[in-house]
Formats: sequence, structure tokens, C-alpha cells
Amino acid sequence: MKRELPLLLTAVIGLFMIMSFFVPHHLVSVPADFLQQCAVIMVAFGFALGGANALRVNLESIARRQPDWPYKLVLVVSLLFTIVIGLHDGRHWQDQSTWSMFLYNNIYSPMQGTMFALLAFYIASAAFRAFRIRTVEAGLLAVAALIVMLGRVPVGDAATNWLPEPLHLGVMQDWIMNVPQNAAKRAILMGAAMGVMATGLRVILGIERSYLGGGD
Amino acid sequence: MNAMLSALERLDRRWLFLLVGVLTLGPLLWPVGLPLGTSKPVQQFHDTIGALPEGSRVLFSADFDPGSKPEMVPMMKTALRQLFDRHCRVVVTCLWTGGSGIVDQTLEEVVAEYRAKGRTLEYGVDYADLGYKAGYEAVMVLMGKSILHTFPQDHHSHPTATLPIMRDVRDYSSFVLLVNISAGYPGTKEWVQQVNSRFHLPMVSGCTAVSTPEFYPYLQSGQLRGLMGGMAGAAEYERLRGESGSATKGMDAQSLTHVFVALCIVMGNLVHWSKRKGARP
Amino acid sequence: MTNIGGLRRVGWSGLLVFGLCAAAAWAQVEPVPVLEPEKPAVAVPAPPSRLSYDDVPNDAGSAVRLTWRLSADDTLGRGIVSGYVLERGTSPVGPWTLVDSIGFGIREQVDAGVSRNVPYFYRIAAWGPGGTTPALANAGPAIARETWFNTTRSSVLAVMLAFFVLVLYFMSLAQSGKKPFVRRLAGIDAIEEAIGRATEMGRPVLYVPWIQDIDEIQTVAGLVILESVARMTARYETPIRVPVAYPIPFTIAQEMVKSGYLNAGRPEAYDPDAVTFVSPEQFAYAAKIGGIMLRERPAAHIFMGSFYGESLLLAETGFSTGAIQVAGTANVHQLPFFVVACDYTLIGEELFAASAYLSGEPRLVGGLKGADMLKLFVILLILVGCVLETMGHHGLTEWMQTQ
Repeated sequence: MKRELPLLLTAVIGLFMIMSFFVPHHLVSVPADFLQQCAVIMVAFGFALGGANALRVNLESIARRQPDWPYKLVLVVSLLFTIVIGLHDGRHWQDQSTWSMFLYNNIYSPMQGTMFALLAFYIASAAFRAFRIRTVEAGLLAVAALIVMLGRVPVGDAATNWLPEPLHLGVMQDWIMNVPQNAAKRAILMGAAMGVMATGLRVILGIERSYLGGGD
Repeated sequence: MNAMLSALERLDRRWLFLLVGVLTLGPLLWPVGLPLGTSKPVQQFHDTIGALPEGSRVLFSADFDPGSKPEMVPMMKTALRQLFDRHCRVVVTCLWTGGSGIVDQTLEEVVAEYRAKGRTLEYGVDYADLGYKAGYEAVMVLMGKSILHTFPQDHHSHPTATLPIMRDVRDYSSFVLLVNISAGYPGTKEWVQQVNSRFHLPMVSGCTAVSTPEFYPYLQSGQLRGLMGGMAGAAEYERLRGESGSATKGMDAQSLTHVFVALCIVMGNLVHWSKRKGARP
Repeated sequence: MTNIGGLRRVGWSGLLVFGLCAAAAWAQVEPVPVLEPEKPAVAVPAPPSRLSYDDVPNDAGSAVRLTWRLSADDTLGRGIVSGYVLERGTSPVGPWTLVDSIGFGIREQVDAGVSRNVPYFYRIAAWGPGGTTPALANAGPAIARETWFNTTRSSVLAVMLAFFVLVLYFMSLAQSGKKPFVRRLAGIDAIEEAIGRATEMGRPVLYVPWIQDIDEIQTVAGLVILESVARMTARYETPIRVPVAYPIPFTIAQEMVKSGYLNAGRPEAYDPDAVTFVSPEQFAYAAKIGGIMLRERPAAHIFMGSFYGESLLLAETGFSTGAIQVAGTANVHQLPFFVVACDYTLIGEELFAASAYLSGEPRLVGGLKGADMLKLFVILLILVGCVLETMGHHGLTEWMQTQ
């Protein structure tokens, strides 16, 4: 029963939601809306569950003095501090003059920016060894990458302005993006969409059940 | 030459990081001012907003967080300016957990610009910020049934139904256009699949450079009326609007970094070929 | 005194009457000088006509479409008509509620604020600088009715049913013993090789499942593969580390790893700390994984699921540690980064096929064959569509469009 009930619920709700796409009648659309609202509420509860999980896992690690427990202590203190500040600020915690927004603007925001900015460095080192021309295909890939990379920025167009228009890097990169790139991307997207459908169907019909855990 | 190539092969990647840092910082401090062109997708983005009747109500979903600020904020600011110049009424939403703060700040910065110029944009009448709602794609679908039920309170905890701009808003049919500025999930792909396809709300998108190629099929099929990709797209948009914002200023840095990465590819291959040559008997 | 007072009153009144008469006479004799040309008065616009209504089809009875003939004065440049006012009532004589104020030149409006099965009456008036016409064009009763099937989505239903039938048919075929051939997936084969290497080096295996919640189907695919990977690590007696970004997948991942150890016959080797919850924050999650890679130095990194901007950060950091890296994602724009920095990459649908490939279960493998057959059908449909469009027949394209 522990496994059958979730499978039954998955199948019934899954098929019902598929049906709601085709049937606009209120006997179907009203319960479907209700289920959608339930999904929104569950996501919100998920964050509370996540906070509780983070506390439990990290407090256990601190108590057992695991190798990197000081990091976990920093995490727990930061988590609790942020919650306390949020409760102190109350309903209007998102107003610009609150402590919550001070933390958001001066800690959260710069840290996020820094992490994202690291990508620039990683891309440079990846490019240094990525486009090795071992075969003709790899050569085509590298040439296309160079054209797109330079054609996307003003310097590429500025460097090729003296050439006839079809040879401008900007024009060439437009063609690469619109024609071969687009064709390949559509094929991968459609293939992936069918994979999504197949997996969804397997889950709804209870054929794929290992995600429920506990073995067969 | 061979000595140089073998030195390159052993080069610590932190030297590359240093060079990227210098090439990014240099032009930001001392701008070069390289000329900018305009690509067709950005022109379409601009023209779609430009063709809106004055006073139209526009849904503006800003789905990003501070991590992608350099790419997203210039786009958002320029798009808001174009909408306010056309006297459109703008309703802003955010589906990213960490995004509502920066979205509200950006909106208020643009509004403050107009106030400084003497035009009063009134909150709740000319614009509103409905803030963040958890639930990703489920929120998008629910908005198709009722926006007031999906967002009962705005970003500042006011009841949404009391805002004059929301007076006759029901669902997506109450808007003429969706402007989506997105840095990932949920974002442009989900708005196209869940809203444009189901509710037929016309939309334009501004997205990160890395995800732009993924949305070209939607542009070609007409599901997107315009597409602005990354800082380059934002800079082109600023140029079309006659502005010189942070995207335009950042383009010099991006140009030089692109050239450097292209050089990395060439040098990497030279090293690779020299190794292969050396390995042959 | 009284008389004198009366004379005074008469005198003042006489003066007032005299003054008024004199002013009137002056006005008659001397016309008011015209200082500026008189503006022509703007006429009240002619009313719109022939207001008609239709129930919007294929909906839940929530909309009525109204059309009308424009006011005769609604021509560009005349400036007589500024717009139209559409109103709705529940009886032919009102009371009326404003539906919308519509710009000039527009002949159609959908009223999406109605309740199903309720009769409504509509009226429309034109307005302009000269005033508003009486609303002469009335219509009703308009009733929005709900339908049981949205016919514009029949193409989606047909393709979906074809898909269901194909998948179920090939599943039953596989169950009856005709198991279809599945080509080799080098990326999946490499997982076992990577785990073997980690065992030789005495280092753990890092499984990075996803950066998305359970509503993302790639997350489900990543979870399913995790079970097989956990089974392998249990067999090889190699520790596994699984940092998870979201709470619900976290509990499922714990179950998957436990079940992997159970299925490998080594439930006692299961480490409850193998699966850890990190944070749904994208870069906090990426930072944690980078930390694990650099501190614990796992010998194998497996990335399976939905990835975004963090993909290159993870894969490049992993590359710098010299670990074997296997990745799989259906997020097309992240594929180039994984291809560059990882040893093997599962592209798009290969991620979804991986669970069937790993388990070898006939029904799952049959499902793969069904999906492949649908792909053939779609390719055929695209070709036929191209030919028909080129020949000027748009029937198929119109049938495929949904509302």
C-alpha cells in the first residue's frame, strides 16, 4: 500500500491534468486550477522544509565535529541571523530601508555577482584547450566559434567593414545562428521533448517507479 | 618559437585569468567607444514596443537575480524607459526567489529618473510591482485564470485589487504584450511554452547571451516578436533608443575579452599542432 | 421720510434698468470685435451600428466576442471619433456596466468577464471631442457556453494518442520477449569505468544530480540514474557524495541511494551522510560542489540533470582536479560547456534513455522504441508539411495550430 497509493495518485492526477488541457468544461478546469494552486503552495512549503533540512543536517555535522564543521557553523549562524532579521522587519521587509534589504544589497547581491563573474575566467581557460583541431569537423567547429565570437561584438564588424557585406563577421554570424545552429537546436529540442514525454508517460503509468525509492 | 609554444603548454591557467581580469577592467575604466550595429532581433524587440498604442497595459516579468545584473538590468531599464515614453502602464512580476529586491530597485530607479525630469509616474496608476511568487510554471498557468488571485498582494504588501492599474485586470487577456527579461529557469522558454502557446499573449524577450541561441527557433516561428541577447543585445537596444547606458559601456570590455578568447583558441591549436609534430618520428 | 425712501428705491432700480437697457442697446449697435477666427464646432460622432455577438468557442464559457460596424465619422484624420464605449447589462434596459473603452478604428472586442450560461445584453456608443452619441446599437441576449472539448487542440491529442499507443505497443512487445536493440551509450558505459577508477584510487564518487526541483522531468531522470550509480558504488565499496539543491529531491535522493545499496545486497554500507541538502541558491550550490571537488578530491564526477550557468563552473573546477567527468543534460545551451570540459556527455534525450539502458528492463526499453517510432512519424509530418506549404496548401499547418 505504501507504494501503490503514491503510484495511483500519480496516475490519476497526471492523467487528469493531461485531460484538463483538452477539456475546458468547469467540471475539469476548476479541480485542475485547484491542483495548480496546491502545487504553488507545496513549492512554498518546500522552502520551509529545505530550511529545516539544512538546519538538521548541519547541526548534526557540527555536533559530531566533522572535518569541515566550522563552515557549517557559519552557515547555521547566517541562516538563523537572516531569519531573525526577516522576522524583525515584519511584513514590509522588502522596503528599501530595512535590515533585510541591507543584507540583500550588501551581502547577497555582491556574492551572487562575484560567482557569476567567475564564468568569464573559466570560459577563457576552457577555450584555450577546447577547440583543438584534431579532425575536419573539429576545424569547422572552431572556425564557426571564432566567427560567432567575434561577430557578436562591435570589434568584429569594425575589423571587417572594408569587405563586401556578406563577408562582414556580423552578417556571417547571423547566418550561422539562424540557419545551421537553429536547425541542430530544433532537432535536439524535439528529441529532448520526446524524451520528456516518454519519461512523463512512464512515471504516470507507474512503469518508472524507482524514483519512489525502496526498490521494487 | 618552439620554446614559446612549450612555455604556453605549461602555462598556469591563472595567468589567463589575470589577463581576462585586466582586459575586462581596463576598458571599463578607460572606454574605447567601439561603434555598435543593430541586429534584426533587437530591432524587432524595439519596434514591437514602439508599435504599442499609448496607454496600453503591459505585463513585465523580470526573472533574474543579482548574479546576472550586468546583463539584465540595462535591458530592463531601457525597456521600461521605452514603455514609459509610450505612456504604457506597466505591471511587473518576478518568479525568481532572490530577484524581487533587485527588480524593485531597478523599477524605482527608472521611475526616479522620470520624476527628476518632471514627469510624475504614480505607483498603482502608471506602474505596479506585484513582486515574487513561488511556484515557477504553476504561477504562469494560474495567472492565466486570475492574476488577482495569483498575486493577492503586491511587492509592498498592498492588496493588489486596490491598485487602480489592476482595476479591470482579469488574466493575460488584460495585457497587450509580455516583456520578459530572463536569466534562466523559469524564464523565456517557460513563458513561451506555458503562456504564449496556451494564452496567445504576444511576447518579447531579453535573455542572457548564453541562452540566446536556444530561443532563435521561437523567434523564427513568431512566438517571440523580438529577442535581445546578453550585453551585446542590451547595448544595441540602448543605441536604438539613443541612450548610453552600462551595456554600451561594457561592450568595449566584452569585445576585448572575446578577442582574447579567440586568441586562446588559436594559441591552443598552435600548441596542439606543435606537440603532434614533435611526437611524430 | 417714507416717500423719500421710496423715491430712492425707485431711483436706484431705475438706474439699474437703465444701465441694463443701455448695455443691451450698446451690444446691438456695436458688435463685439472678433479678435481671433472662430473655431468650427466639432460634431457629435455618428453612432456605430450592427452590434453582433458570438460565443467564443472552445472555452469554459467565459467569453463573448462582439463585432460592430464603425461610426460613419470614424475615418482617419477627421478627429470626430476618439473611441467607443462598450457596455454590458443583464437586461435589455440595463443597468449597464462598462466592459471596455476601445480606440477608434477597432471593430471587435472580446468580453472575457462574463459568467457562463448567463444571458447578457450589450450596447455600444461612439465618443469624441463633440460628445458621446446615444448608444443605439444594442444586442443580446448573448450567452457564453462552455464546451467539453477544445477542438483546436485536436492535433495535439492525435499526436499524443499516437505516442501513447506506440509506447504501450512496444512495451507489450518487449514484455513478450522481443526486446528491442538499444545502441551503446558511451557516456553511461563510462560511469562504471569512472567508479572503478575511483575505487582503485580510494577516493569517493561525486554525483551532482540537478539544480532543479522535482517538477522538472530531468530531475526525475537524474534520480533514476542515481539509483543505478549507487548500486555500482555499493558493489565496488566506494563512497558516494550526493549534494542536492532542493528539499523534496533531497528526501527522494536519500531513498534512491539507500535503495541502490539495498539492491546491491550491502544495506549495511549505506552512509546516511552520503546525501546532503545544500541550497536552492544556484551559486551557493555551485560553491559547495566546488568545495567538495577541491577538498575531498573525488576521482569521478557525474553530472546528470538540468543545469544552467553553473555548468561550466562545476565542469571546469572538476577538470582542474583531474577527475573523470561524465555529464548529461537536456538543457541545450549548456551542452557545449559539458562537451568541452567533460570526458563524456549525454546529449538531450540520451539522458532520458539512460534509465532504460541501465536497468535493461523490457518495458522501459520498449518505451524507448515507441518514442523512436514517434520521432520517425514527426520527421515524416515535417516533410509532408514542407511539401504542402510549398504547394500552397495550408490545411495541415492550420490543423497543427492550437488555441
